[in-house]
Amino acid sequence: MSILVGKETRLITQGITGEYGRLHTLACREYGTNIVGGVTPGRGGSDVEGIPVYDTVSEAREKTGANATMIFVPAAFAADAVEEAADAGLELIVCITEGIPALDEARMKRLVTAAGVRMIGPNCPGIISPGEQCKVGIMPGFIHAPGKIGVVSRSGTLTYEAVWQLTELGLGQSTCIGIGGDPVIGTTHIDALKLFQEDDGTDAILMMGEIGGTAEEEASQFVKDHVTKPVVGFVAGRTAPPGKRMGHAGAIIAGGKGTAIEKMEAMRAAGIAVAESPADLGSTMAEALAARA
Amino acid sequence: MKLHEFQAKERFRAHGLPTPRGIVAYDADGVRAAYAELGSELAVVKAQIHAGGRGKAGGVKLVRSADEAAEAAEGMLGKPLITIQNGPDGTMVRKVLVEEGLPIAKEYYAAITLDRRLEVPVLMVSAEGGMDIEEVAESNPEAILREPIDPVRGLPDFRARRAVYGLGVPKAQARAFAAALRGLAQAFLADDASLMEVNPLVTTTDDRVICLDGKMTIDDSALMRHKDLLAMRDEDEEDATEVRARKAGLSYVNLDGNIGCLVNGAGLAMATMDIIKLHGGEPSNFLDVGGSASTEQVTTAFKIILEDPAVKGILVNIFGGIMRCDVVAQGVVDATKALGLECPLVVRLHGTNMEQGREILANSGLSITAAVDMRDAATKIVEAVS
Repeated sequence: MSILVGKETRLITQGITGEYGRLHTLACREYGTNIVGGVTPGRGGSDVEGIPVYDTVSEAREKTGANATMIFVPAAFAADAVEEAADAGLELIVCITEGIPALDEARMKRLVTAAGVRMIGPNCPGIISPGEQCKVGIMPGFIHAPGKIGVVSRSGTLTYEAVWQLTELGLGQSTCIGIGGDPVIGTTHIDALKLFQEDDGTDAILMMGEIGGTAEEEASQFVKDHVTKPVVGFVAGRTAPPGKRMGHAGAIIAGGKGTAIEKMEAMRAAGIAVAESPADLGSTMAEALAARA
Repeated sequence: MKLHEFQAKERFRAHGLPTPRGIVAYDADGVRAAYAELGSELAVVKAQIHAGGRGKAGGVKLVRSADEAAEAAEGMLGKPLITIQNGPDGTMVRKVLVEEGLPIAKEYYAAITLDRRLEVPVLMVSAEGGMDIEEVAESNPEAILREPIDPVRGLPDFRARRAVYGLGVPKAQARAFAAALRGLAQAFLADDASLMEVNPLVTTTDDRVICLDGKMTIDDSALMRHKDLLAMRDEDEEDATEVRARKAGLSYVNLDGNIGCLVNGAGLAMATMDIIKLHGGEPSNFLDVGGSASTEQVTTAFKIILEDPAVKGILVNIFGGIMRCDVVAQGVVDATKALGLECPLVVRLHGTNMEQGREILANSGLSITAAVDMRDAATKIVEAVS
């Protein structure tokens, strides 16, 4: 079992003919994802290594029965691409594009919320369900293994680090979601926690956050109130100085708020096992599972 | 990207918001000329630097003659102004804004920023203008009224009215006040701001509503569609190294320690700083080379790290996904040779093509310490510099 993506996923790529769109679409197909088509305006009728390309998302959906999309279009056009996908009636939008203006993100969020469409990202590595050989994103597939740990994280490469540590310890993953490092994102920590709690294929959850905002605090409260499965937490950026944006648009300690220490305290107060060191992400999970057994 | 006060006010005026009349000057003669042109006995000379807290630091002076104006400007220009926001060294003042004085009736506070919980911009107003708003937020949070802004339509009329009534603005000024709040919201959306602050927003004894101060930060991600705003960038106000990093497509933040870090991905870069600290070391920087760094970018990254004289060793931590470890390894070898790197270098590579990457390092003939994982890497670099 898994959440959001799996055997039933029929994926298209928006921006399939761009360098990254092409590269990652093919890597997803190689991993086992059912790629049914791609969209690049003006390139309809052509194909990418046998994957049919369409001019519009609605046409792609009609012709292929697609239910999910992975977006690689440049930041300036990403909001429009999201709106097109929602308008075409796709159920899941995974927006990989980074550097989208924050106000566009606010508008995108409203739009998908109103349309009842699930969006992951933007500025994220995507989502993968190893047991169902379904990868929708840019993560390296080979570090994952099928299993029962759910992973949700604001980071990209730090998530790979965590997944690799889990896999090394024999702890496979049900689904790993990179929710993205921007201030306004589609799927939040809380959304992912809710789905993992309800998923029979998930036994425990690794939740990784970073400085900035209060999403980790709110997610911790949610864990306290609603999550019965073991949860392990980590927060990146305890050495980050205030007032400086640390790479991700959302990773900034503003007005003294959003520090890693506050977030880790909130996690502990909610009964989450916090890994102090990023080298202990896997081992903290192993300990949390042993304590429950 | 931060704007200067005079630039923020230009943007305000472009969106129909009233500001005092003002002229930017770069020397005492320019200040005299500006004073004469404004023709207002009472005038204000304001240092133009990006840091806040200028008033308390002596960067804002009321003057009543051309001589006084010139004297005030000479006290600021060419000297560092040290405020509570810009650290021990302060910021060099290169220009001043000379503005007409106004008959102020009352000072208010207005600001707009993105509310991450509501996921829309929010207008914040307070009747306690001119004060340090963070102090007000701390001691008297009810004194700050908040109204969400629609990211498409702006500030709805009823919300503007509610803010005005909530502040107790006198009837004669209420319409102009509500219009100013709606105008601020419009400016925020149109210019893709991430922060706007008017402290104070004043009413005058003749019932005008005027943005007496102006602070504005533009969303870096939106600069691609605002060429006019991009031209307002003042690199004199920015950290020179951070500017060079940005131009090379790197994300860099200088810190106080002595261990340089070169990492791919922002989250992993922060976690790398954290683990150095946990092992008793101090990181000298945050540096994210991004998802697909070239050999040139790795070289530039090394150069930037080594510019900091405090650096005693470098830790490279790469988890290859899109980025291939062999490409990074070649970049590290080339950069090390080109720069004649002498300080200890610990490299941890994992992910795509990691075996080839490790081989390139091992066969390079350079004294590069390989690490198998993050703990090993942190232990080795901290040992090497202590």
